[in-house]
Amino acid sequence: MRRSIPVVAATLGLALTLTACSGSGDTGDDTSAAPTESAGATGTLTMWVDDTRINEMEPVVATFTESTGIDVELVQKASGDIGKDFVAQVPTGEGPDVIISAHDGLGEWVNNGVVAPLELGDKAGDFSESAIAGVTYDGKVYGTPISIENIALVRNNALLTDTPAATFDELVAQAKSAGTPFSVLVQQGPDSDPYHLYPLQTSFGAPVFEQSADGSYTDTLSMGGPAGDAFAAYLAKLGAEGVLDLAVDGEKAKQAFLDGQAPYMITGPWNTSAFEEAGMDIAVLPVPSAGGQPAQPFVGVQGAFVSAKSENPVLANELVVNFLSTEAAQDALYAEGGRMPANSASAAKVDNGILKGFGEAGATGAPMPAIPAMSSVWAFWGATEAQIISGQAEPVSTWNTMVANVQDAVDKV
Amino acid sequence: MTDQQTLEPPAPPEAPGPRSPRRSRGDGSHARNFSAGFVVKLILVALVDALGVYGILAALAVQSWGILAFLVLALVAVNWIYFSKRAVPGKYLIPGLLFLLVYQLFVMAYTGYVAFTNYGDGHNSTKADAVEAISIQNETRVEGSPTLPLTVVQRDGELGFAVVQDGDAEVGTAEEPFTAADDATVEGERVTAVPGWEVLGFAQIAEQQAAITELRVPFSDDPSEGSVRTQDGSTGYVYQSTLVYDEATDTFTDSATGETYTPSESGNFVSEDGDVLTPGWRVGVGLDNFTRVFTDSRLAGPFAQITVWTFAFAFLSVLTTFAVGLFLAIVFNDPRIRGRKVYRSLLILPYAFPGFLSALVWKGMLNERFGFVNEVLLGGADIGWLTSPWLAKLSILMVNLWLGFPYMFIVCTGALQAIPADTIEAAKIDGAGAWRIFRSMTLPLLMISVAPLLIASFAFNFNNFTLIYMLTGGGPNFVGTPVVVGHTDLLISMVYSVAFESGNKQYGLASALSILIFIVVGAISYVGFRRTRKLEEI
Repeated sequence: MRRSIPVVAATLGLALTLTACSGSGDTGDDTSAAPTESAGATGTLTMWVDDTRINEMEPVVATFTESTGIDVELVQKASGDIGKDFVAQVPTGEGPDVIISAHDGLGEWVNNGVVAPLELGDKAGDFSESAIAGVTYDGKVYGTPISIENIALVRNNALLTDTPAATFDELVAQAKSAGTPFSVLVQQGPDSDPYHLYPLQTSFGAPVFEQSADGSYTDTLSMGGPAGDAFAAYLAKLGAEGVLDLAVDGEKAKQAFLDGQAPYMITGPWNTSAFEEAGMDIAVLPVPSAGGQPAQPFVGVQGAFVSAKSENPVLANELVVNFLSTEAAQDALYAEGGRMPANSASAAKVDNGILKGFGEAGATGAPMPAIPAMSSVWAFWGATEAQIISGQAEPVSTWNTMVANVQDAVDKV
Repeated sequence: MTDQQTLEPPAPPEAPGPRSPRRSRGDGSHARNFSAGFVVKLILVALVDALGVYGILAALAVQSWGILAFLVLALVAVNWIYFSKRAVPGKYLIPGLLFLLVYQLFVMAYTGYVAFTNYGDGHNSTKADAVEAISIQNETRVEGSPTLPLTVVQRDGELGFAVVQDGDAEVGTAEEPFTAADDATVEGERVTAVPGWEVLGFAQIAEQQAAITELRVPFSDDPSEGSVRTQDGSTGYVYQSTLVYDEATDTFTDSATGETYTPSESGNFVSEDGDVLTPGWRVGVGLDNFTRVFTDSRLAGPFAQITVWTFAFAFLSVLTTFAVGLFLAIVFNDPRIRGRKVYRSLLILPYAFPGFLSALVWKGMLNERFGFVNEVLLGGADIGWLTSPWLAKLSILMVNLWLGFPYMFIVCTGALQAIPADTIEAAKIDGAGAWRIFRSMTLPLLMISVAPLLIASFAFNFNNFTLIYMLTGGGPNFVGTPVVVGHTDLLISMVYSVAFESGNKQYGLASALSILIFIVVGAISYVGFRRTRKLEEI
């Protein structure tokens, strides 16, 4: 009840101000609003959504409002800001009730006490294991999975029509036979791109963190050792051969593939829609292994999370646990946005070769780690891979220094 | 606008001499003087008051007493000053003073305050929030417990839950564990009516959300079996708290192992073995943040190198931009050049673009494989303008030269035109050559007005975060350093990557380091300004 005092005060303050500003005409409406409230509208939820998802979310929450009378106010935020602002604003009481965000910020939110645990109950069985693993932190579920994303190998069927390659080296050799300026495009940047290189890294058996029996990550790094050394040497080789080039960033890689300058590209569903719009004939395949073991991409889960200091916890749970998790809601989201639904029954209905291809490539994938130290891992990881690819540093020793530094940083967080 | 208007009734009432009819009408009292200016003032102050009152109510609603007190004082001050006749200087000063308070002094004071706390990830909020978060994060569902279809019921203001278990209806409250309610009506899986209890509909549940989510109904007489709670008002689960907070002793106790966690000085609950519970809360940490940069072995190595480069960058930036700006200013100050105005306008163009935009454009042009410089100007050369440590430093200086010389050019042109032509002519008559005039006359006279600007430019470039962040991001990175910083990082961008990009955000550390940087810049500027005073003695 403690929290209801500011609400009453805010309403009173707002009402006073509005009355003061708008003259006598409006007071009648204020008083008449109260009785209708108990019959229909029961409250308002604020939900943060990023710019790429707000359009698909709008009609879906409209059906929620229709059936429950709960208004949902969608606030558009840049996707990079949602997690950060959530941490900063929830403690002030100004935060949203619900956010839709990628799960990799979850550890940070839990660590700052801004996200509330949820109980999906039997509904947890409606989702794939990796989707639930994504929204779980320290053994507790904190969100409802909405959609799943991962990267895979995309082929330009106009250049090559089949992929007999069993290894990444064979793939590169076949791609070079196409005679295009690039062989297999993997987007890089001045700080490389560990996310897009991760399938290659896991194929050497060097995942970022050790996983415990239930699939959750521990704080112990497992990028080092002979497997890591082999991957570092392989990176240097790809860099020297020109397959990987730091100057080819995300935009340039996408443009080069659009221009038919490469038969293959390792990328995610966020780019394939542009390829399809450009009228390209593409196929989506799993990434061939480079080091002998399966090439596992990171699986990212978009989920709905409830603020720990929401003033409407029941309404927020009604929306997140009882509505957004349902097959009907996820069907509607897929119909509007075309992303792979996290609900298994909805996903089974998806009849789109490209999304299915991504789904198959991600079936073996590993959830993106959500521990708070991850952002420091990304920084070290990318910087080191960039130095190895560009040939600035000796691969194996640089890689091992990085592993030591990252472990040090993780332990200090 | 109001300032001018309020000055209109100027004569003090006791002014001697015969009064004109107009003056006697406007004897200064607003009760009798309704000039147009007064009406305008009244409207403007009313607007300010309305805004202020709105702010006060909003502050009251979120219980921000500091903001509330400030707004009340500010409003009283504004009203008194603009309606009093004795506060004429205040009428000019108060808007500036208020903005100074809010945008400068408050920000500085708050930065100073944060520097002495551990505010950051893991210490994000108050202790009460931390206790609440730890409690809810450590309340876990009893494994294998059933999903209970739940109805919220109420009797004399007391809330309770009615559930259906194995086909039987049961009712319980916070005080009383679940007991069978045989006379309850069960429809489907759910209780729809219990005699003596009012069943709450969704709308009524929505009105008491906090009370309902905080309600715990003991599952049975045995407290170890846990309690039932609901998050959505329609489904209940059995939970057990693995960590229990005891308000009297201010400790958490692990119900399984009996281990107790006590609050520590660093703002965390810590057990005797050193296990730490997250989240923690914000506490003062004294000078820790200030000493970290010197005691943390991870920072020591790159810190020295980055400090040297920061000084070199700031100094060379000022030197190069001033040299080029001055040279061009002198050239285009010569009346023999035709179309000087056109040239001057063109030269100022780089100054007209936003700096961060230019930096991004340059980043693209200097790209090793696809950049305009390598591809077009150098015919497909393979020069790593931004990827080789020394070339990256050179590139940054060159881009900053391009960005900065127009400013120096404008300043020097102005200063040159202010130098009296007759002194120069006198020097010429005395037989001085062009170089002699420049060395002994133009430059010293120029420095009087330009030197303070050079110091300001040095201070600006010392903290030129935008350029570094947009152009190289600090890269190329040092190989194998324990923090991810690079050859072109300045102190300020190093602070950014250490405090924000290294895993957890540390606002306290960032504030402390920026204060240290401010002290360095402030000291250099102070010495600089002291020395420029000597220039004026020529």
